[in-house]
Amino acid sequence: MANIAAAPATAAVAGPSGPRRRFQFQAIIATLPMIIIGFMVFFVAILFTIYWSFTNSGMFPGWGWVGLKQYEILWNTNNWQIAVSNIWLFAIFSLIINFTVGFLIAVAMDQNIRQESLFRSIFLYPFAMSLYVTGLAWQWILDPNLGLQNAVQNWGFTNFRFAPLGDPGQAMIGLILGGCWQGAGVTMAVLLAGIRGVDQEIWKASKIDGIPTWKTYLFIVVPMMRGAVATALVLQVTGIIRTFDLVVSMTGGGPGIATWMPAMYVINAIQSKLNVGQGSAAATMMLAPIALLLIIRAVVSWRNERRAGMNVT
Amino acid sequence: MTADSFVQTSGATTKVGTNRDALTGPNGPRPKRISPARIGIYAFLIIVAIFFCVPLYVMLVTSFKSMPEVREAHLFNLPREWTIDPWIKAWSTACTGRDCTGLAPGFWNSVKITVPAVFISIIVSQLNGYALTFWRYKGAEVLFNFLVFGAFVPYQVLVYPIIIGLRDVHLFATLPGIIIVHTIFGMPILTLLFRNYYSSIPIEIFKAARIDGAGFWQTFFRVMLPLSVPITTVAVILQVTGIWNDFIFALVFAGQSNIPMTLQLNNIVKTTFGTVEYDVNMAATILTALVPLIIYFVSGKWFVRGIAAGAVKG
Repeated sequence: MANIAAAPATAAVAGPSGPRRRFQFQAIIATLPMIIIGFMVFFVAILFTIYWSFTNSGMFPGWGWVGLKQYEILWNTNNWQIAVSNIWLFAIFSLIINFTVGFLIAVAMDQNIRQESLFRSIFLYPFAMSLYVTGLAWQWILDPNLGLQNAVQNWGFTNFRFAPLGDPGQAMIGLILGGCWQGAGVTMAVLLAGIRGVDQEIWKASKIDGIPTWKTYLFIVVPMMRGAVATALVLQVTGIIRTFDLVVSMTGGGPGIATWMPAMYVINAIQSKLNVGQGSAAATMMLAPIALLLIIRAVVSWRNERRAGMNVT
Repeated sequence: MTADSFVQTSGATTKVGTNRDALTGPNGPRPKRISPARIGIYAFLIIVAIFFCVPLYVMLVTSFKSMPEVREAHLFNLPREWTIDPWIKAWSTACTGRDCTGLAPGFWNSVKITVPAVFISIIVSQLNGYALTFWRYKGAEVLFNFLVFGAFVPYQVLVYPIIIGLRDVHLFATLPGIIIVHTIFGMPILTLLFRNYYSSIPIEIFKAARIDGAGFWQTFFRVMLPLSVPITTVAVILQVTGIWNDFIFALVFAGQSNIPMTLQLNNIVKTTFGTVEYDVNMAATILTALVPLIIYFVSGKWFVRGIAAGAVKG
């Protein structure tokens, strides 16, 4: 939605309108779960987490204020440093691959393809499977002893080497591969919807001007589907930051601690180490990029709305 | 069909409609006939499609092999001798750390979690969407924005406060507890979905109901609910697959007696006595993915709409 972060501003405008007031009490009753959850969980609970990150909470949440100490510890912890560099690596490569592959498939699918729905089913079915299942499937395919590497070697290519999961330096490749297999189809679907949202007249005009198809896609259609690109981006970034199931099932964080991710660090701190302060600090760090992204998006859509003449919702 | 219009939402920002054109009508340049370019396009699509199919194929063939054959390391070969023993073992006798019950208990736990969670989250979200569209009260938008924000928040930020909250009311690690958690995390996107859908219903229908004397609940149950069958289908698909596939909430909130299928799968796969039984593991993996996969292939276009609708939340 365009107005996520513009909340306080719109709230005053969205008041009741006269005669309905009698029923609005019932509306409040009906939306009580939303009121409680929206406010208590998605606002108060987040504030609690942020607060605990500044305390010396151990097994149970405490109130002893220690300032930035938890963050100091966090950023000096080897596991967290590895987790952060891993998530960057994962994010950058996932985004590049998903967008490139997703866009190429979307364009190909837009060429009056026969059996389009069959192709779409194939590209999207991984998304119906959980990331946990995805992780297990790829773990098996990339198994260093019985997987892809040995199968290809058995075909006669005895020098073939591809078993990233056994190698701390390459294990991230396996995760990226699995993640993209699961997610590229969704990016494709969103981008395809964006491509088809572009006005037919644009195509006619570019035909008349004799612009080659690929140029039309790249320089005319893509800039016009900014909305779809932004949507796909937000979807992916939120998914990437949450990455947990995939790692647990595919590598378990290993070999060693080579594929740790921030989400794992948080769960580990809370569940195994019983260190709420650390978990909260790490969780707050995970929130930061999302908050930044939402603010950017709110600012952009606010500017767009202003340009469009303020007549939106 | 009415579902087509549900994404014509408030934003001027996205054109990612799921309106029928966007889903079915290709608008690339008209193909001339068979040309090298078209062969290239099909070749590209087919190669990518094969890549997408490989993991499922590999899982399937592995699950029908016996272990000696798996150890020959011919990953892509069809089984020489087909066997369904791995499937039977995965379902009923595979061992986790403590006992050897296979996936079956996990399956039933998943059903026990998924059915109520889907039902509750959808009815609550329908009411939210309805109230937010037709009965906006002061502050409703602010709460709604908090809720939508929740769709983006990394779950880890909320895990500990929710543990504390549920512990206080003695629901931590219980069946109602995990159902509540799924309801909480399903609400943002579902509320958005229903709000957008109800916004697309002509206001005249609502006004007509009001003139006929229907109140808040009557309008909802008699008019709006029957109108929202298509979007509810999308919501059910979205929720069933989402909750069935969940791993992290189950890990944190389900407790030992409500372990759902994904977690049971994890326990089976991570438990090894001596050799790893890849054939059983793969059968178990497919069994776990089966419910969402069946929903996906049966519901087809509805599922795609669910994704597109989910996507529009951006």
